[in-house]
Amino acid sequence: MQPLTNKAQAVSRKPMTFLERLYLINIIKGMMITFSHMFKKQPTIHYPEQKREFSPVFRGLHVLNRDEEGREKCTACGLCAVACPAEAITMEAAERMEGEENLYKEEKYAAKYEINMLRCIFCGLCEEACPKDAIYLSETFAPANYTRKGFIYGKEDLLIPNPKTEASALAMAKGVEA
Amino acid sequence: MTILSFDWAFIIEKLIMIAIIVFASLGIALYTTFGERKVAAILQDRPGPSRAGPFGLLQPLADGLKLITKEEIIPSHADKWLFILGPGLAMTASLLTCAVIPWGTAIHVFGRTVELQIADINIGILYVFAVVSMGVYGIMIGGWASNNKFSLLSALRAASQAISYELAMGLALIGLLMTTGSLSLKTIVEAQVAGNWWNVVYQPLGFLIFFICAMAECNRTPFDLPEAENELNFGYHQEYSSMKLGFYLFAEYINMIMSSAIMASMYFGGYDLPFFDESTVAPNIAAMIGVGTLLIKIVLFIFLFMWIRWTIPRFRYDQLMSLGWKTMIPLALFNMLLTGAIILAKL
Repeated sequence: MQPLTNKAQAVSRKPMTFLERLYLINIIKGMMITFSHMFKKQPTIHYPEQKREFSPVFRGLHVLNRDEEGREKCTACGLCAVACPAEAITMEAAERMEGEENLYKEEKYAAKYEINMLRCIFCGLCEEACPKDAIYLSETFAPANYTRKGFIYGKEDLLIPNPKTEASALAMAKGVEA
Repeated sequence: MTILSFDWAFIIEKLIMIAIIVFASLGIALYTTFGERKVAAILQDRPGPSRAGPFGLLQPLADGLKLITKEEIIPSHADKWLFILGPGLAMTASLLTCAVIPWGTAIHVFGRTVELQIADINIGILYVFAVVSMGVYGIMIGGWASNNKFSLLSALRAASQAISYELAMGLALIGLLMTTGSLSLKTIVEAQVAGNWWNVVYQPLGFLIFFICAMAECNRTPFDLPEAENELNFGYHQEYSSMKLGFYLFAEYINMIMSSAIMASMYFGGYDLPFFDESTVAPNIAAMIGVGTLLIKIVLFIFLFMWIRWTIPRFRYDQLMSLGWKTMIPLALFNMLLTGAIILAKL
């Protein structure tokens, strides 16, 4: 086969000279290399104080969206649950009653919406499947928890703050996400 | 203060000295563990322990606390008393060494002249050799009492390594003793303070052999075969837990400090600060400067130990033996003959 690079070097089989067999010189050479590493820049990111920037396509925790008037967009159609390859999404639909028009955008809504963050692979297929723009992936990740139950996120964990009633919370959430 | 025709102040003075030196050694050993982790990290482009206290300075205390509060396990098939004796013996042997190290010239307090050395015995360096050999018993007994094949193998390795390298170490030292004419560490240091050059200039080969052998004696990489993780699972302290394990690890660091102190004293002038005339300052201050100088030399040696550890890999067992018997001992003998020949030629 033809060499792909010009970096190939023949292995030298020459017997070692006396100085080489002493090893001391080579050890000192090696020690110089390690010593030079004392002055190199450390690539460490000290996590809680410093954070590494996410790439723009990072897919983190899910957020259930609301429209400008603070109504939930989700209609519990179940397309996200069907699209989910990890089967992490469970939901129960309910019909919107009279007087709930300010809570839900359409006449059907998700009474229960759960994502198991231990099963979720953060592929973003739910986001792609959603016809109502109701679910999308944010730039935060699931924090550690002591129990498995703690990783099952319900509606109260997923819903974005209401822009009407919780404007400050929304601003804060957006600040964290940005 | 003389009661029953005995100088009791002398006893008190020595007891205080012993307490200070033992606790200082333990304290330095504590921070050597921290230094080891920090040096290793910096040589590998890492920050090292940095969470406990400023710059991670409280890390050794956290480590110690962890070791003390851990559950203590004595294996059911272990020989209980020997199992307990092992780490104690290792620790005792390494702490005993500090008795003969001259930490400085004398200081004057309360009208007394206090030598900064616990005991200036005229066989000083011989005593060190005797005590260091005792340290092998700690490892041997620990490895044997664990009733574990890996521990036993590792203990055997440690013993044969110690014996092989002690020989070369002693032979390398004979060259030095021929030039100084004394076994007392104090006399050796004083001769270097008075003379023009440190002993390393007269005995470069001897120092090199001594240094390599000291590294082997301390079970430091590249000679850390007794605790070769990848072949022996951790070596002789595999079955140990809690503070018994801590004692073994600690003893290793104290050994390192003591061998650094001995090398500094014998080959690098001990408490002698070069290009500095001690008679220009008050004697007490001069003594303190001497102590500081020796400590700096010890720290430099410890850094060298660590630097080597994080540079070169471990020897294979047969390479270790062949280096010890086929290279170190003949070289040490050659050094001895050469020194003798030069001394004869000078006469």
